[in-house]
Amino acid sequence: MVDNLEIVREARPHAAAGPKLVVSGLNFYYGDKQVLHDISLAIPPNQITALIGPSGCGKSTFLRTLNRMHETIRNTRAEGQVLLDGEDIMAMDVVQLRRRVGMVFQRSNPFPKSIFDNVAYGLRVNGWMRKRPLAEAVEHSLRRAALWDEVKDLLHESAYKLSGGQQQRLCIARALAVDPEVLLLDEPCSALDPIATAKIEELMFSLKETCTLVIVTHNMQQAARVAEHTGFFLHGKLIEFNRTEVIFKRPRCKETEDYITGRFG
Amino acid sequence: MGSRVATIEHLPRAKTPRTFFRRLRAGDHIAWAITALAAAAVLAITLLLVWELYSSSALARTKFGWSFLIGRTWDPVAGEFGALPFLYGTVVTSALALAMAVPLGVGAAIFLAELAPPRISDGLTFIVELLAAVPSVIYGLLGIFVLAPLMRRAGAPYGVGIMTAAVVLAIMILPFIVSISREALLSVPREQREAALALGATRWEATWQVVVPYARLGIFGSVFLALARALGETMAVTMVIGNTPQIGASLLEPGYSIAAVIANEFTEAVEDLHLSALIELGLVLFGLTLVLNALARLLIVMTKRKGAEQ
Amino acid sequence: MTRRKITNAVMFGLTGLCALLTISVLFFILGYLVYYGGRSLSWDFFTQLPAPPNEPGGGMANAIVGTGKLLLLTALIGVPIGFAAGVYLAEFGGRTFSSIVRYTADLLNGVPSIVIGIVAYALVVVPMKRFSLLAGAVALSIIVIPITIRTTEQFLRAVPHSLREAALALGARKWQTVATVVIPAAFRGVLTGTILGMARVAGETAPLLFTSFSNQFWNRGLDEPAATLPVMIFNYAISPYEEWRRQAWAAALVLLTLMLAANLAARLVLSPRGARHG
Repeated sequence: MVDNLEIVREARPHAAAGPKLVVSGLNFYYGDKQVLHDISLAIPPNQITALIGPSGCGKSTFLRTLNRMHETIRNTRAEGQVLLDGEDIMAMDVVQLRRRVGMVFQRSNPFPKSIFDNVAYGLRVNGWMRKRPLAEAVEHSLRRAALWDEVKDLLHESAYKLSGGQQQRLCIARALAVDPEVLLLDEPCSALDPIATAKIEELMFSLKETCTLVIVTHNMQQAARVAEHTGFFLHGKLIEFNRTEVIFKRPRCKETEDYITGRFG
Repeated sequence: MGSRVATIEHLPRAKTPRTFFRRLRAGDHIAWAITALAAAAVLAITLLLVWELYSSSALARTKFGWSFLIGRTWDPVAGEFGALPFLYGTVVTSALALAMAVPLGVGAAIFLAELAPPRISDGLTFIVELLAAVPSVIYGLLGIFVLAPLMRRAGAPYGVGIMTAAVVLAIMILPFIVSISREALLSVPREQREAALALGATRWEATWQVVVPYARLGIFGSVFLALARALGETMAVTMVIGNTPQIGASLLEPGYSIAAVIANEFTEAVEDLHLSALIELGLVLFGLTLVLNALARLLIVMTKRKGAEQ
Repeated sequence: MTRRKITNAVMFGLTGLCALLTISVLFFILGYLVYYGGRSLSWDFFTQLPAPPNEPGGGMANAIVGTGKLLLLTALIGVPIGFAAGVYLAEFGGRTFSSIVRYTADLLNGVPSIVIGIVAYALVVVPMKRFSLLAGAVALSIIVIPITIRTTEQFLRAVPHSLREAALALGARKWQTVATVVIPAAFRGVLTGTILGMARVAGETAPLLFTSFSNQFWNRGLDEPAATLPVMIFNYAISPYEEWRRQAWAAALVLLTLMLAANLAARLVLSPRGARHG
C-alpha cells in the first residue's frame, strides 16, 4: 500500500493541519467473523474522502467504527487505533465523540417529530434549552443544509411531510446542528433521485469549509465527482487509497482497475 | 506517525461544564437501575406468590398429605377436607367446555383465515376480541338468568350444574381459540397452500389436508391456553355450577370447582385449617395452570419457528 | 369431482356457520344486557347509595366511584412497574436476566385471578387486619403488570433501529435516546395496550372478593373496603331479592358499556393498527 500520509501532504501542501483522522491497524469482528483486516489510512481535514467497493466489502462497517456506532450492535468488536486530532477515540467518552463526528445514514431517518424538533434534537440532548439560541441554531443549520427556504414556513409540521430528498437534507441539517468536525455519510444518496442527489452533492462541497467529510458510496461517478481522495475496499481490506484522479485514471492495483472498469461483480 | 499527528492543534470548542456531563452520564445508570428494579419486582412478586401459596397451605399439607387430593369429603365443621369433588368439577367442566368450543372455534378460525376476505376477517376478528373482553361476571349473570332456565327445561334438575358451567365456559374460551388458531393458520406460508392447489386439490382439501396440519401445533397451543383459562375461571362458574361438593352421577347435577369454592368460602373461613385447605386448593390450581401454560407457549413457539424456517 | 366440490362447499359453509355462531354471542350478550339492564337503569342508579333489600330505589353510586378509585390506584401502582420493566426488557436488558423476566411475566399472566386474590389477601389484608381498597389495587396491579410489560416491550421493539441510531449519532445518551425518541415513537401503541389492559382488569371480580371486599356505603380511604361494580353484580345477581337482581343487570350494562367503549377507543380511534407515527 502507498504511504498515504505522503499523499495527504502532497495534496494539501499549504495546509497547516495534518490528517483529521488517522486509522491504524483496524480489525473488526462480528462475533467470530472478521470483516475488516488491518485497515490503515489517514483522512485529510476539510476535504471529501470517498470509500468505494462492492457491497459487503466492509466500507460501511469501517465508516461506523469512526464514531463507534458499531457499539450499538451486539457482538461486535473493533481492534486497532483511530485517532481524531491525535486523540484515541476508543478512550474518549462516546457521546463526546459522536458530537464531534456526526453521521448521516443510508435511509433518511428523521424522528417522528416536527422539522424544528428534529434539527434541535442534538442541541437539546446536549443541554441547550433556551429558545432564542435554539431557534437561531436551527435556522443556521437548515441554511447550511440548503433546506431553509423550502421549510421555513413548515417548521412545526411533521418531518414525514417532506420528500425523500428533503428528509435526507433534514438529516444532514440535524447532524450539522451540533457543529461536528467530521461528518460521516453512509451512502446518503442511494435512495434518492438524480436531482435530489445533485443537491446533496452540492451541499457537500459547501460543507468542506467547516467540516471533514467521509462518504461511503456504491456509485463510482459520485466518488469521482465529489471526493479529493478515494479508498477502494475489497473483502474487508483497503486495497488502495489515493487521490481520486489517481484511483480512477491510473490505479496502481490490479483489483482497483478491475473494479473501476467494471470487470468486477 | 503518531508524533506528527499529536502536534496538531484543533480549534478549541465550547466546553460544557463537566458536572453537567457527568450528570448526563449518570442518567444511563439511573435509567438502568430503575427499570432493572421494576423487572426484578416481577420476579419478586412471582416468587412471593409461590412462597405464599406454599407456606400458607402448610397446615393442610402436613395434616392430609397427598390424600388431600383424593379425599371426597369437604366438611369445614368436622375439619375434614378432601379436594376430589372440586378437582372433578374443575376438570370435567373444562374438558366438556373444550369439547364444545374447540370444533366451533377452529371452524370459525378456518373461515376467518382461509375463506373470508381480509377486511371482513379483520372486522369479525375484532368482534371476537371484544368478546374476549367481556367480564366473566357478566357471563355468569347471563348464565344464571338465561342459560340455567333453559337447562332446567332440558332436564337439569336445578338448572345450574356441571353441564351449565361447561356451556358458559365454552362460550367464554371460544374467542381465545378463534383468535389464536386464526393466527396460527395465517402464519402458514402461502407456498404450502399453493402447492396443494397446484396439484388439483380443492380449496377445502388444501385447507384441511395441508394448512391445518401445518398449523396444528399452534392450534393445540390455543387449546391449552383456553384450557388453562377454563380451569382458573372463577366467577361465571361459581354462579352456575351449583356449589355442591359432590361427584354427581349425572353431568346435569350440581357440582363445585376449585376456583368457586375459594371464592365462596375464603372470607368465611374462620378455622386456620379451613383457610389453609383453601389455599392448598389455590396451590393445586396454580400448579395445573402453570403446566398448561408452559405447554401452550412451547407449542406456539414451535409453530412460529416452523413457519420461520420455511 | 363433483362430490369433492360439494364437500368443499359444505365444509366451508360449516366453518362460516361456526364463525357466525361465535360472532352472534356478542350480539346476544349485548341484546340481553340492553333489554334487561336498560329497563332497570335510572338516574338514581348513578347517584344513590344501595338501598336495603326489598326496598325499592337505590343505586350504585358508591360502586361506580369505587371502581374508578380502584382503577386509578391500579394505574398508579401497576402500570409504572410494568412499563419500566417493559422498557428494561426492550432497551436495557442483558440476555439471560431478560429472558427469565419475560418468562416469569408470561407465567404470572397465566395465574388464575382468584389465586392472585389469595396472595393480595396474604400480603395486604392480613397485615392490615381488614379488607381495603389498597388490597384490591394490589391484586389488580399484579394482574396488570405482565400485560403492560408485554405491550410496552412489543411496541418499543417495533420502533425502527434507525431512529435509535440517529439519536445516538447526534450524541444522545442511551437514556436520552430512549426517553426522547423511542418512547415517544411508541407512545400510542403503549397507551393502547395499557388502556386495553386496564379495561381487562376493570371487569375482574374474583381477586376483589376478599381484598377490596364490598361496602354498602361510601369508601372513605385506602384502608377501607370499597364497593366495586363487578363485585356488586356478583352479590346482587346471586341474591334472592328481585330489586337487587334488576340492579345487577343495570350494573352489568354500565360495566360492559365502559369496557366496550375503552376497547373501541383504544383499537379504532387511538391506534387503528398498533404503533404508528407521523
